[in-house]
Order: sequence, then structure tokens, then C-alpha cells
Amino acid sequence: MTTEVGSETEVKKEPEQAEEQPQTQAETEQQPEQQLVDGKQEQSAHSTDLKQAEEEQNTQESPSTQQKDTTAASEQVSPAPQEGRAGVEKREEQPGSKGIARFLPPWLKKQKSQSHVEQKKSQMKEGETTENQIQEKEEKSPTQSPSKQQSIEKEGEEARKDTSVEEKEENLIQDHQQSKQEETKVDEKEEEKLSISSAETQPAKEDQKEDVVEKDSDVKVEDKKEEDTIQNTEVKTDRSIQKVPKKMKTFVCKVTLLDGTEYPCEVEKRAKGQVLFAKICEHLNLLEKDYFGLTYRDNADQKNWLDPAKEIKRQIRSLPWQFAFNVKFYPPDPSQLTEDITRYFLCLQLRQDIAVGRLPCSFVTHALLGSYTLQAELGDYDSEEHRHDYISEFQFAPTQTKELEDKVVELHKTHRGLTPAQAEALFLENAKKLSMYGVDLHHAKDSEGVDIMLGVCANGLLIYKDRLRINRFAWPKILKISYKRSNFYIKIRPGETEQFESTIGFKLPNHRSAKRLWKVCVEHHTFFRLVSPEQPPKAKFLTLGSKFRYSGRTQAQTRQASTLIDRPAPFFERTSSKRLSRSLDGVHHFTFPRSKSEGTGTKELKQLQAPAVSATEQILQQDFSAPAVSDLEVGFKDKEDGKEPGSPYKPTLSPESKSLEEEITTILLSKEGFSTASFAGAFTFPTKRAARGDNAKTATKAVSLAHYIESSKKAPSRTEEVHPDGRDLAESTEKLKSEMGREQEIDTQETMANEETTKMFTVSQRSESPSVAAKPAEGGEMKTQLREKKEETIVVRDVSTSSDSESEEEAEYRPQVARKDVDQIKEEPEENEHLPVRSLASTVHVEVKVPVEEKKELEEKIEKGGMLGEEVYCTTAEEREEPKVNGDVSHIDTDIVTQVICCSEPPVVKTEMVTISDAFASQKSEISTKEVPIVHTETKTITYEAAEVDGTGDSEPGVLMTAQTITSESVCTTTTTQITKTVKGGVSETRIEKRIVITGDADIDHDQALAQAIKEAKEQHPDMSVTRVVVHKETELTEEGDD
Amino acid sequence: MATTFAFGKYTHAVVRAIPDTFGKKDGDKNEQGAELDLAKAQRQYGVYTGILRQKLGLQLIEIPADSGLPDSWRVEDIAIVQGDTALITRPWSASRRKEVDAVKKVLEELKLRIVEVTDQEATLDGSDVLFTGREFFVGLSSRTNHKGAEAVADTFRDFAVSTVSVHGSAHLKNFCSMAGSDTIVIGSSDGAKKALKMMEQLTDHHYEILTVPDDAAANCIYVKVGSNSNYLLHRSADECPESAAAFQKLPDYTLVPTACSEVSKLGGTLSSCSLLINRKLEL
Repeated sequence: MTTEVGSETEVKKEPEQAEEQPQTQAETEQQPEQQLVDGKQEQSAHSTDLKQAEEEQNTQESPSTQQKDTTAASEQVSPAPQEGRAGVEKREEQPGSKGIARFLPPWLKKQKSQSHVEQKKSQMKEGETTENQIQEKEEKSPTQSPSKQQSIEKEGEEARKDTSVEEKEENLIQDHQQSKQEETKVDEKEEEKLSISSAETQPAKEDQKEDVVEKDSDVKVEDKKEEDTIQNTEVKTDRSIQKVPKKMKTFVCKVTLLDGTEYPCEVEKRAKGQVLFAKICEHLNLLEKDYFGLTYRDNADQKNWLDPAKEIKRQIRSLPWQFAFNVKFYPPDPSQLTEDITRYFLCLQLRQDIAVGRLPCSFVTHALLGSYTLQAELGDYDSEEHRHDYISEFQFAPTQTKELEDKVVELHKTHRGLTPAQAEALFLENAKKLSMYGVDLHHAKDSEGVDIMLGVCANGLLIYKDRLRINRFAWPKILKISYKRSNFYIKIRPGETEQFESTIGFKLPNHRSAKRLWKVCVEHHTFFRLVSPEQPPKAKFLTLGSKFRYSGRTQAQTRQASTLIDRPAPFFERTSSKRLSRSLDGVHHFTFPRSKSEGTGTKELKQLQAPAVSATEQILQQDFSAPAVSDLEVGFKDKEDGKEPGSPYKPTLSPESKSLEEEITTILLSKEGFSTASFAGAFTFPTKRAARGDNAKTATKAVSLAHYIESSKKAPSRTEEVHPDGRDLAESTEKLKSEMGREQEIDTQETMANEETTKMFTVSQRSESPSVAAKPAEGGEMKTQLREKKEETIVVRDVSTSSDSESEEEAEYRPQVARKDVDQIKEEPEENEHLPVRSLASTVHVEVKVPVEEKKELEEKIEKGGMLGEEVYCTTAEEREEPKVNGDVSHIDTDIVTQVICCSEPPVVKTEMVTISDAFASQKSEISTKEVPIVHTETKTITYEAAEVDGTGDSEPGVLMTAQTITSESVCTTTTTQITKTVKGGVSETRIEKRIVITGDADIDHDQALAQAIKEAKEQHPDMSVTRVVVHKETELTEEGDD
Repeated sequence: MATTFAFGKYTHAVVRAIPDTFGKKDGDKNEQGAELDLAKAQRQYGVYTGILRQKLGLQLIEIPADSGLPDSWRVEDIAIVQGDTALITRPWSASRRKEVDAVKKVLEELKLRIVEVTDQEATLDGSDVLFTGREFFVGLSSRTNHKGAEAVADTFRDFAVSTVSVHGSAHLKNFCSMAGSDTIVIGSSDGAKKALKMMEQLTDHHYEILTVPDDAAANCIYVKVGSNSNYLLHRSADECPESAAAFQKLPDYTLVPTACSEVSKLGGTLSSCSLLINRKLEL
């Protein structure tokens, strides 16, 4: 059966799973009961599978011990739930063959069960219900069955398991026949179902955590077919090719739609957000999808947007695969939307916003909007049909009074004759005038600690205190947006009478919220203000901090694309908003209106998208599997994905392969007061994200350098806290500007030169890389390259996901600072990213050569500069150049990030960084040679003037007192300690930089090793504070087999 | 609703006669130090109400004078009416809070939705609230505080309510007003300029700006009569000689010079003497 296939893959992946398991334990615990049942059943059915499964399980679940067998069984079940399972179970059950038929939809079950993953016990019940529903649906919809069968057949073929197919078909038939036969045995069935669901559930959980191969490609195919026949065909083709050779693991995402229903959607483990999003839009038959997005709630129950360009898994981490489909960009003029269906979804969102109070309305507006809702959903008022309580099921306002309902009814009567679309259009015409329409609010404090709200909208940034608007910054007024730790900064264009820009800082509750706000701002600005999205600062050296950019279409683009929509108005069913209140009912709706228009809709969609969609998107759509290479994030993570075994088209396959992650961590401890004071205790991560060029083919441009530099420089001056000593803004600003100019030039020039040097490095590294590639499974060998000059690079490999350590929250990015500095290359994993530890795989080798002396200076600079904003987003396009590198490709591929180091000049320092991506990673389409790792090297020499150097305002470079380097090694770590004492402006500063290289294969818990290293560093210098931690991870992706 | 198209359309005007005690209570200072002429004030009031009734065609609701409430003629301070909702204010001057009752009663009779300021820390004078048809600006003055502004925001949730600092003792509307759905009339004092700058920063909309030399002249009453007739009550050339010409720039307006020199000595304005209400909502 199919299960076998799954099992194989699973086996391969054991090692990883084992590591991850500990995390999963909690989840596994749930399994016991349910699994037992499953296990029994399946065991009997497939002995071979069981064995395999058991083996796997044992290794994996050793922590949980007790239920190894059962678990194993359950897992197996889960892997091939659709076909094999169904068949198997049915067989088993056949003896009692009562409701076997019902089992047909097992995959469906799976989906749901998985989605429930974290709802441990509740899952059981849900699973049951789900199954029941599914069954019902199947029974009811005879049409589906044929398609299913076909799909099954296809799968079977693909899987090369004819038998399974046949069985399935049989099962199907049986199901239909039997479906309503025996109700007496319902209980039994339910039990079975439960067991199944549980089993399925497990896998999902495991998957979440790591690579458990639960579902074969086949499974996916089936699911899709059921859901979208059309899609499936296309998808399948792609997948089938990919899948056959390698099996992708899939997850079931539960997506709460705007009508309150929950839609289970299966995606591959490594799928990027856009894959899921595309599926949802397809399901909804939505073409104008750029206004929408998916959200998930983090542990703090904060709503986060799922970044379409990044892997889902990396974004949600251990969170449940639970999403919500929401409007992301509220069109200022909904009447300009092309399709009614788009307006319908916007209406649903607004109703929701109103009901929860997110969109405040006056009484009259509540009533009017409510009346349009009634008209749209119920049609003309009918005194007989619409008794007075007919509206009490609707929610028109956060607090709904009888008076309001009466008013709604009164107004409803006046809308006679309006079609649903008309009523919705009127609804939107009124809703769009509301002052809070489309305003995304974020809690913050102003510079004086007063609670305020920051509202991001189409026009700019609004500042509220209580409900009062106290300030407003239109996008054109904002020169730059940045955040550092929990601070969020906007740089304001000087007014007519003003000479200098001003920077306004806000304090967000935490780092994450600051970053979240920053991202929302970047996205809104891009969407509403730009004609086309900016290229993320990829592959540039200077890109520090988040490289996040909005990657979708802008409003202008989406409008243009919408004009190309050429389809008859799609039919869609307006689900009653009542459903919102009946959440239970809604949850289980499997049937979606979409089915009707599916066929055409889908095709059209694709056609539409094709032209307008960026290359990246297209690619993504076609290969889901494309191992999630996060383009935007240039960070380490990308590399994992990036390494694709070989064929560019089958990136998907590789994703499963292991990834080795290496982290390079630099811990700076400093004992002085000035800059550190506020940060004491907190880790500061100068996160630089190494820019990842695509496969390093092209030299990185200095594009964003200027701008980053700018920001870094300016930032210091802005923040008063940070730089007590800072000079006047004006001065610093001016200097900065002038300097910036210089820097840019310099950078470019040097970059070229550096490339050459880089190559050299690359070569050396390459030699190593091959070996790594060869042993992907083991974790690549990490190579740390210490530079002669006492630079230490720490490479940590993390196989496991990182724990979100507390440190993350505290982490600080000083991307900008880093730039100035020589060696710090930091790559941030996207969101997690702030913590080095967390980020999963990325492979980056960084080499830095720095003469010792130079280095010291660099460090100094770093500190001074350091306090600046972490991530900067300049609204002015001018600042960025775009790398010509295969832009699109780069997104897709992972690869190597190059970073540039700036050296300060009083002494001119040359820093060179070399980033090597794994051979595999680099391979992608771009590079012909697979084995050769691509290296991007960029060298930069920057001369700073003393004044400038101290961005802070300290003009004194500082005098180097002493410097020493100590190196120690342990099993898997190499620690190099450099102690520098300098005197600056009368303040003696001792700076200790430790470079810890953690090398190991998958067996090593890199996170732990890193944590340990940091801990030790802290312990060794209790009187010092950690000012920065830079982590580089290198991960190697291996092929599936390796897993 | 957020109805902008109806801006300037009114059906009723609430006014209150000038009492004999006009200007005799502390509270308000005689700005110009000039002698108050009660008779003249009452004459001007008579003309004023006549204009409202006859030129603008408004149904006038006159609340009898109350000699115990010398400032009660400034009905604008007592309520903020938008659409069919009226926010009864909490005047900064405790002695004026009794004025609320009579006004509230009238507004209730007009079937307006009445909202009252409940926060005992809030002070709010209606003269500090400028409604542009799209949004509210609330002047944070010596008379109106943040809590008072919050009350406005809580009451008129459809609209953005922005706060503008007002320096000096004047109310926001002592130096600005609307002269059309998109036009703000603004005085030329530094305070007026600052406030305008702030308003321009705070708004999402673009307003035409009509600058007049005198702050006093910047307070006008704009009323849309019929479907498309714009009426503007402004200070007469006698009272504001330098500013009268500026209103000529407004195209297709019926300009109605209106005197209010006496009340202006007490800080009163054209708009402060009436509450304009549109009880025939278009929706």
C-alpha cells in the first residue's frame, strides 16, 4: 500500500525526528489512546509497515516510550491516510464491514485532524465530527466520488501501487453501498474514526515540529483532488513528478475564512505562505487577492501576517497550523474593485471588524450598515418571513441593542429591490468613510511613556491617544521607518521651514511588536504608494537587519491586473453572517460554493496571474515544493531551502532533506557604561542579514549600502537615550549625509575588488563544502574559518528548531552597526530571526579577515553605531539600487549571502566576508555546477572620519589599551576570545568578543550548544553585559534519502 | 452616516436671547475693554436671528433669555450636533453648566440622539469643536481638555477626531471656521497659523484655505440653502474692514455681512450664537 512509501521516507528522516521529538512529546502523549486503536488495526493489516513504523517511532518517540508501537502504527496510518489507509482500514473492518464506506474520506479526516493538532483532546471529537461530515458529503455528492476515484487511481499510478488503487476504488464503491446500511455499528465506526483521526493527528504534530514524513505526495494529490479537482490536475502533474521520487510531507492548515467557516487546506511542509494563500484564494474563487492575506496568532495572541514569501513552518513555528483569511489592505475605494466577489469578502471582513469593535461606528452607521447586510443576505424585507427576531442572529455592533435592531429593520425595509451586490456596494460606500476604515492599530508609547496607538493605513501613519488623533504622518512625509528592539522610529521629512529631518521614536511593547509594526508599515507603504514593489535588499552586502519587503503586487499593479479579469461574474453563495455566531456549524462546512466555478475559475486564475505575477510567484505556485527558500529574508534560513538537490524544478523534493544549520555566533561583552547601560542584560544581536545573492553569480551591489549606512549613522543621533553624548542632530545628520555619499562610492568600488578576494576564499571553502554535501544527513561539517587575525567565527549548526529563547525577545538588531563593523555578518532568520538560535537552517560560511587592530576599531564603531535602528525601510526609492542579479531567481533560490564589512579608516581596514552556501544550495538553476559551492564575497573598505565613525557623537575613536586573543576548544565548540580595552573619551571600555564555533552534525543540539556557550560567556564575565550576539547558522540540505 | 454631501444643510437653528445681565458676570472678560452696549447687542441679535430665519430659511428655535445665565446666548458651547446626534457638552465654566438644561430640552424635542459628557474631568466648549463635514477638530484650549475631546470622539465614532492645540484664551473657532465643505477660513495670527498647520497635518483630506487678516473675521457661518446655494455669514466690513474683501474670492457665494460686534467683545462669534441642526437626514 501507499503506506510503505511513506514509511520509507519516514525511516530516512528518523534522525531529525528523533531530535525534534522531545518537543513533540506533549503532543505525543495524546496519541496513546487513539494510537493504540489504530496501531492494532494497522498492525494487523500491514505488518511490514508496522515494523518500519515502529522502528521509526521508537527512535523518535523514545521520550514518550510507552506507545511506541501504537504510535508507529498511527504514524503509518497517517502517512497514507487517504488511500492506503482507507483501504486498509476498510479491509480490516470489513469483517465487521459496516460503515467501512464511511472511511473513504480518511484523508479528509486527516486534514482536519491535523489541523487540530494542538488541540489535543478536543481533536478526538472534532475528528469524529469531521469524518462524519465528510462521509456525509461524499455520500451526498456522488459526483465527487468519481473524481476521487480517478484521483486515487492517479495517485496509485504515481505511487505505482495499483493494488492500493483498486482497493480504494473498491472501498469507495463499498462506501457508497454501505454508507447508509448499518447504523447500529455506528459506535464502532466512530471509534475507528477516532483512532484514525488521532493517528493522523500525530503525524501532523510531528510534522510541525520537524520533518516527519507523514503524508506522501500521493496523499496530497488526493486531497487536492477532492478539494479542487482542477487544481489537482495541474498541481499533480507538477507534484507527481516531484513526488514520485521524493515524498513531501504535508500539513493540514486550518484556515478560518471570512464567513466564519474553517477550511482545511493541505500544504507541503516546506511550502511558503503564498502556496497556502493561493490555495485559499482558489478555493474562494478569488482573483483580486492582493488585498488579502493570511494571519496567524502568536503565543501572545497577536495577529501576524503570514509572509507569503517565507516558509509557513518557519513563521508559525510551534504554533498550530491555524490561520485566518483576512483583508490585509483595505481598498480606499471599494467601488474600484473589479469583481463583486471581492467586494463580498471585503464586506465580510468589515462586518467582522464592526462586530468586534475594531471598526468603530456610530449608532446610525451601525444601523445602516446592518440594514445593508440584511438586504444582501436576506433580500427584500418580508414582513411574514422576517419576524422580528430574524435579525437577532446577526451581529451588527459590538453591543447590540434592541433599539439598534429596530433601526436596522426600519432601514432594511427601505432597501427593497437592491441586489446583494448593490447592497454590499452601498455597505462599502458607507464603511469606507469611517475614519478607522483600514486602519491597523498598534499599541505603543510615545517618547514620554504615554500610551498611544499607532495606526497604519493607506495614507500613512496615524497617532492616536485614546480615540483622538493627535498626529498623522502621511507616507510622503516619512523618509524612513526603522525599528530597533522594541523601538520604532520614523524619520520625518523636514517641513518647509525646517532644515533637518526629525526622527520620532515610539516604544512598542516588545521587539516582536515593533517588528510587526515595521513590517505592516513597509507593506502598506509599498502597496498603496508605490507602483511596483521594491526589490528586497537581497544579496547586497550592507543589508543588515530585516530584508523584509513587501513582495506582492501593489495596489496599482493589482488594479491593472484586475482589468484583465475576463470571466463572467463568478457565482458565489453568500453565506449568512449568522454563521459567525454559530461557529460550530460553520466549522465543518466542507462544501464550498466554489465547486461550481472551480473549473474555469482556477484556470483563469492561473492565466491571470501568470502575466502579472512575479517570477517568484509563478515558480512558487508551480512548485510548491520549492523548498522554502525565503527570498526576502536573505537570512540563513533560505539556504536550507536553497539547497536543492539538483534539478531546479524539483526543489521540492529536497526540502525534506535535512538541513544543517550552522550558526556563527559572536558574542560581544562590554563592560562600559555608555551605550550598554540601557541594554544591560539583554542580548543585542546585531543582526545583519547577510544579503543573499542568488547564487552569488553577480557581484553584489552596494545598493542599499548608502541607505543603510545612513540609517545607522543617523539613528544614533536620533535616539537620545542611546546616545547621550550624541551631538546635535543637525550636525550629525549633515555629516552623515556627506559621508554617506562617500561611503557609497567606496563601497561599490571595493565590492568589485572584494569579489575577487572572495573567490579565493570560496575556493578554499569549497573544498570543504563538497564533503559536507556528501554527508548531508549527518549535518554538514561545519567549517569555521577563523581568520588569521584573531577573528573567530562561530558556526553552530542547528538541526533543531530553535527554541525561542527569551533572549530573542531581548535581542537587538543592529544591522546598521554591523555594517560598519568588520565582521559581523548576521543573518536574520526571518521572523524568528531575532534570535540567532532560533533560526533554522541556513547555511552560511562567513569568513572574515581582519587585522587585529582594525578589528578593534571596528568594534568600537560598532558599539557606537550599534544602538541604531535595526531595520530600516526607506520610503524613498532613490536610496536603493537594485541588484541586477537574477532578481527573481534570487528570490527563489537561496543561497549565499554576502556581506560587506566596512572598516573604519583612520586605519583603513579591509574586511572580507565570504559566504559560502552549500554546494547543493547553490546549485539551483543558476549554477550549473552542483558541487561547487557558490561563494559571494564582498569586501568593503570604508573610510570614516573620526567624527563620523562615532555615530554616537563621540568624536574620539578611542585608544586601544590592550588586546589579547584566547582560543579554547571543546568537543564541538571552538571559542576564541578577544579582549580589547580601549579608552574613549575618558571612559575605559573593555570589550570582549567571543567567537564560538559550534560544529557538529545533526546529532548535536546546536541550540543547546549555543545557549550553553552564551551562558558560559556570561558566567565568565558576570560584570559585563552582552551587547551583541551574532549567530550564523549553516545548514545543509540533503536529499531526502539522507533524512 | 458619514455624510459629507449634506454639509452645510440645516433645517433648524437654536438660539438664545441675550439677557439683561449680558456681560456682567465674571467668567468672560471684555476683550477690548470697550463698553458693552446691551441694546446694541440685542439689536444685533435680532438682525442675526432674522438672517437665519429669512435668508437662510431655518426654523428658529429661540430659548428665552435667562438673566441668571449671562453667557447663555453662546449656545454653540453647549452642544455639538452632527447628523442626528447631539453631544451635550460640559462647559469649562461651572457657572455655565446650568445652561445645558434648556438646550438639552430643545434638542430632545428635535428628536436628536442625546449624548452627554459623563466624565467629570472633562471640559468641553462647543466653540472648540470644528466639524468640517469629514472630521472633527477639537481645540485643546483653556476651556477644553483632552477628556472633553475624547467625549467628542466617543460620540461621533464615524469620524476622525483630531486635537489641535489652541493657545491663548480663545476657542478654536475664534479664528477659524468652515466656508464650504472643503474650505477652511483661517485668521492670520500666529496661533491661527499654527493651528491650521496642525490641522493640515492631521487630516487625510485636502482643504482649500481662505486666509483672512483678522482672526475675528475667520469665524463665519456657512449654510447651504436649497440644492446649491452657498450662503456665508461673515463679519461686516465695518467690523472687520481688512477682511471683508477676502470673502469675495469665494465664487458663487451669497455673502451676508452680519454684525456681532457686541458679543465679540466677550469673545463671542457669529457661530457661537446659534446651534445649527439638520433634522431631515438624507438617509
